[in-house]
Amino acid sequence: MYRQAPRLLIRALDGGRGGRLIGRAFSTGVPVAPVEDSAFVEAWKKVAPNLEPPKTPLSFMKPRPPTPSSIPSKLTVNFVLPYQSEISNKEVDMVIVPATTGQMGVLPGHVATIAELKPGLLSVHDGNEVTKYFVSSGFAFIHANSIADIVAVEAVPVDRIDPSLVQKGLADFTQKLSSATTDLEKAEAQIGVDVHSALNAALTG
Amino acid sequence: MAMTALRREGRRFLLSPIPPNPSTAARSTMLSESTAYEMRWFLIVSLGDDLISGEVPKSNIHRKNHGRSRRSFVFVCSFFVNAGDLSLLGIRSISTQVVRNRMKSVKNIQKITKAMKMVAASKLRAVQLRTENSRGLWQPFTALLGDTPSVDVKKNVIVTITSDKGLCGGINSTSVKISKSLYKLTSGPEKETKYVLLGEKGKVQMVRDSKNSIEMTITEVQKNPVNYTQVSVLADDILKNVEYDALRIIFNKFHSVVSFIPTISTILSPEVVERESESGGKLGDLDSYEIEGGETKAEVLQNLAEFQFSCVLYNAVLENACSELGARMSAMDSSSRNAGEMLDRLTLTYNRTRQASITTELIEIISGASALTG
Repeated sequence: MYRQAPRLLIRALDGGRGGRLIGRAFSTGVPVAPVEDSAFVEAWKKVAPNLEPPKTPLSFMKPRPPTPSSIPSKLTVNFVLPYQSEISNKEVDMVIVPATTGQMGVLPGHVATIAELKPGLLSVHDGNEVTKYFVSSGFAFIHANSIADIVAVEAVPVDRIDPSLVQKGLADFTQKLSSATTDLEKAEAQIGVDVHSALNAALTG
Repeated sequence: MAMTALRREGRRFLLSPIPPNPSTAARSTMLSESTAYEMRWFLIVSLGDDLISGEVPKSNIHRKNHGRSRRSFVFVCSFFVNAGDLSLLGIRSISTQVVRNRMKSVKNIQKITKAMKMVAASKLRAVQLRTENSRGLWQPFTALLGDTPSVDVKKNVIVTITSDKGLCGGINSTSVKISKSLYKLTSGPEKETKYVLLGEKGKVQMVRDSKNSIEMTITEVQKNPVNYTQVSVLADDILKNVEYDALRIIFNKFHSVVSFIPTISTILSPEVVERESESGGKLGDLDSYEIEGGETKAEVLQNLAEFQFSCVLYNAVLENACSELGARMSAMDSSSRNAGEMLDRLTLTYNRTRQASITTELIEIISGASALTG
């Protein structure tokens, strides 16, 4: 009989609503902001009331911090590739990205930007250490809250690039460009030349 | 006269309590339930033929089907002949051969499904690693452009990702159900919705009723291990062939080996992005972003949309592959378990039958002996 006492006590204390509150108090990680698109969920319920509405990517993501009023001292960088997250949520001083309009330096408090990348050198500066990657292409988003997302298709650290192969590739593609007949071949050869000359520049510069 | 005796015997076995149908418990997850019985069917027909011509078959196993039509009679014969230790002319004895055959086939099925589970588990390990690495790929896009599944556009394209192979539980049916509901959701006056189907299973289910709304089907995506280049070529193909205002990708997100969450990812075309950012709302602060590179904002947005599609599609294909393997693991696991239970029940029946036949023989002998002496 006394074994049931705690349960009866809880029930007597707060009734239905409180009981649920007590149950809730132990659940950690309850999201504060709504992570579902309510309009979508409502429309779904009208069409398919018996099916649970599918989730959307927003519910799987951690919410981003809002824009701070003063400029933060560090920049948070996320550098992702299709097969790996190279850098995730690392606080650094500066990042230099190879945008199509040229090398662009990003400091904390940079204005919000969407930059398209061309093949080139990406360098991450954290204090005195600099990590350099050669990226093939992609996009860089710089948000107002000093978070930089760099999405690239392919990236290698520069110390893993073989200079002799770069020279050979450059020579090959230059030759293909001069002997190309159709537009497609010309475009492919041009891309090859661009990438290899950028590789060359990255190795030397 | 021999024929009538055979027919009489056969009818007794036909009335035996074990029907040649697999029980429904194992039906949904067992490997084509008819395989074991089809093989026996051919065996039965060929045995019957030889029996009719009066020869004793030397090897029962590898015979071709002669396609005779005297099926019922032949079926009856097989039970008789398979009753092991008998001569051809009707000594009565309860046969355990039927139960023994069923036990053998159920045990084989159990072995096969266990092997399939192991194979799926080992493949899952490899794909899961790559999926988790690719999870960071779509997050920057959602952070920039937000998530707008309830956007109202004229041309919707629903990209459903399903598997090519079966025996993976209910994930493909779930995806198809959700696609159909989404189709209803996004249809209306002046709106059109089309399907692009990846995977054989989705195609088969959709072709039945929505044949006219299917724009493209793509199969054998998983033949070689998925990599980004292949998916980006696929994405390019899709984008070239369909006009879209919004693309919705439906897939099963891999949460854990036993839980798969159906998910919809929405990708808007550059024109719709412009429209939404001008009208405010979720994309409202897109205007505050400066555009670097490219000649015009429209060009950059176009590249962005295409890149977003290929990245999200890559992640979706990997997640769906993981979910498929996980679902196959649990389906094969429950199938092996059901086969094991069935085997237990059959063993009990077998022992009962065996003991009953021994008892009957003993009774006959003893009663015969007592008739002689008494």
